[in-house]
Amino acid sequence: MEPIMAIVTGCLYASAIYMMLRRSIVKLVIGLMLLSNAANLLIFTSAGMTRGAPPLIPLGAMQPDGVIADPLPQALILTAIVIAFGVLSFAVVLIHRAYNIIHTDNLDEMKDTDT
Amino acid sequence: MRAEVALPILVPLLFGALSLIAWRSNLMQRVLGIIGSVTLLICSIWLLMSVLDQGHVVMYMGGWMAPYGITLVADLLSAIMVVLTGMMAVAIAIYSLSSASPSHEKFGYYPLMHLLLAGVAGSFLTGDIFNLYVWFEVMLIASFALLILGGERAQMEGAIKYVTLNLLSSAIFLSAIGLLYGLVGTLNMADIAVKLSQTEHTGLVDVIAVMFMIAFGIKAAAFPLFFWLPASYHTGPVAVSALFAGLLTKVGVYALFRVFTLIFNQSPEFTHQLLLWGAAFTMLTGVLGAAAQFEFRRILSFHIVSQIGYMLLGLALFTPLALVGGVFYIMHHIIVKTNLFLISGIVHRLLGTYDLKQLGGVYKDRPYLSILFLIPALSLAGLPPLSGFFAKFIIIRAGIEAEAWVVTAIALIVGLLTLYSMIKIWAEVFWKPLPENHSTVDSNPSTKPSSLAFLYIPVVLLGACTLFIGLNGQPIYEIAEASAKQLLNPALYIEAVLGETP
Repeated sequence: MEPIMAIVTGCLYASAIYMMLRRSIVKLVIGLMLLSNAANLLIFTSAGMTRGAPPLIPLGAMQPDGVIADPLPQALILTAIVIAFGVLSFAVVLIHRAYNIIHTDNLDEMKDTDT
Repeated sequence: MRAEVALPILVPLLFGALSLIAWRSNLMQRVLGIIGSVTLLICSIWLLMSVLDQGHVVMYMGGWMAPYGITLVADLLSAIMVVLTGMMAVAIAIYSLSSASPSHEKFGYYPLMHLLLAGVAGSFLTGDIFNLYVWFEVMLIASFALLILGGERAQMEGAIKYVTLNLLSSAIFLSAIGLLYGLVGTLNMADIAVKLSQTEHTGLVDVIAVMFMIAFGIKAAAFPLFFWLPASYHTGPVAVSALFAGLLTKVGVYALFRVFTLIFNQSPEFTHQLLLWGAAFTMLTGVLGAAAQFEFRRILSFHIVSQIGYMLLGLALFTPLALVGGVFYIMHHIIVKTNLFLISGIVHRLLGTYDLKQLGGVYKDRPYLSILFLIPALSLAGLPPLSGFFAKFIIIRAGIEAEAWVVTAIALIVGLLTLYSMIKIWAEVFWKPLPENHSTVDSNPSTKPSSLAFLYIPVVLLGACTLFIGLNGQPIYEIAEASAKQLLNPALYIEAVLGETP
């Protein structure tokens, strides 16, 4: 499972960077979305994947018996997803407003603040 | 329960919520802004007092002991940073009484300001690496919204660059946390430090260290990832620019100080060497960028970059004296840089522009404002007896003691070029006569003395702080020295959090 996830994560990072290097601001935001998903999958993979062992403690016991899946990475990913959702919805509104004001989606034409 | 650790986070959150309740009343929001920031300053001073008194102050959120729950930790560096946050909050709250336009206030200027302060204070106080990420995002989302208040073209362009680079840095930070968790299986910074020193030092540790360096380097605007800062900081409302200039990049610097003294201190010959050259190039490119600019706030923005280099130099040399210098430099820089931005706002209010070529004659009309400018400007350049002199002196002395000749030489040259930049502003804005085609000073109705008073109060207060640090540096130096001692001895931090000797 890990090699497949590693390849998927790598492809996501690569396509995210590729999209961010394009000139269109819409593609830039798509790149940011892919990037946050890639980071989430990276946490999921690198924290170790355990199949079919939910982190449940049997009735009456004080600790689980045997190996269980680590629930913490999923809590982290959930938090990261929520944060990414909020930030990216801001980014989408921003590029919409920017397009209305600047009348272009080409990053090369947004050089007013550079000189 | 140690309430003082949580209060600097809770107070701005509470006042942010109260300002939201008073959404329709601008007056209420202004009053809450003042009360909230003063309360934050008082709480932060309380925190600094108890840290000076008892060492590390630790609070376990929800009663979950470390390393399982989220821990708030205040050592001296965090406490100093929180006090500075409180001071800047008060200065900006007073300044905003006159500088914030009603349309900005209507779109949530004050609630966002409180949220930003909560994010900044949270980043300084948390002892959990993932929680640090969350506070970073709280701070970022508030700063995004503040930056585009007003919705002008330049703001949109600046915001796109600011948002993109900061989200990229967050993604790198998050990936680094993921890899680090995979390696040590814990998120508590003290616990990470213990586990990491026990695991075999492989190449992966260096990879993660460099990922943290890049992520925080983007936030701190260090070379070569600083270009978003001069493209965006001068576009927002001036009080917002001043707050960003003082605090936001310093959160990145603080995170670098924390992570590279506590967690990644095993191979300084690699990580700190990398930081050293990053610091040198940050200083140099920042100051050279400023030399080419003719817009008041853009010059100051480039100087933020070059000053970040000095702070990183303090961390990178990694000797006791250099860390003292780094901490001292942060204290001096936050006050001075915010003050310079506030003064640029007053000049803009008087003459209606930030372009140096169209400005002039301020010394003739307002000699006192000119003196108020000279205090932070000469302090930034490092002239004695102002605060910047001692900050630079400590770092350069540490550089000579560490025999890092090239970097020390660069630091000295950059000091000289900073002076050149400040003199350029002085000559263009204050000294030369007003260009003839410019409309007269008093045609602007908003330059009545009563509305200017709120702009002058914070500038005078911050100028007095600069003079105080310069003329009475000993107690400040002692605090910086004590905090450097704590930074160089991470065992104290670990023991305070985990309650055991590693």
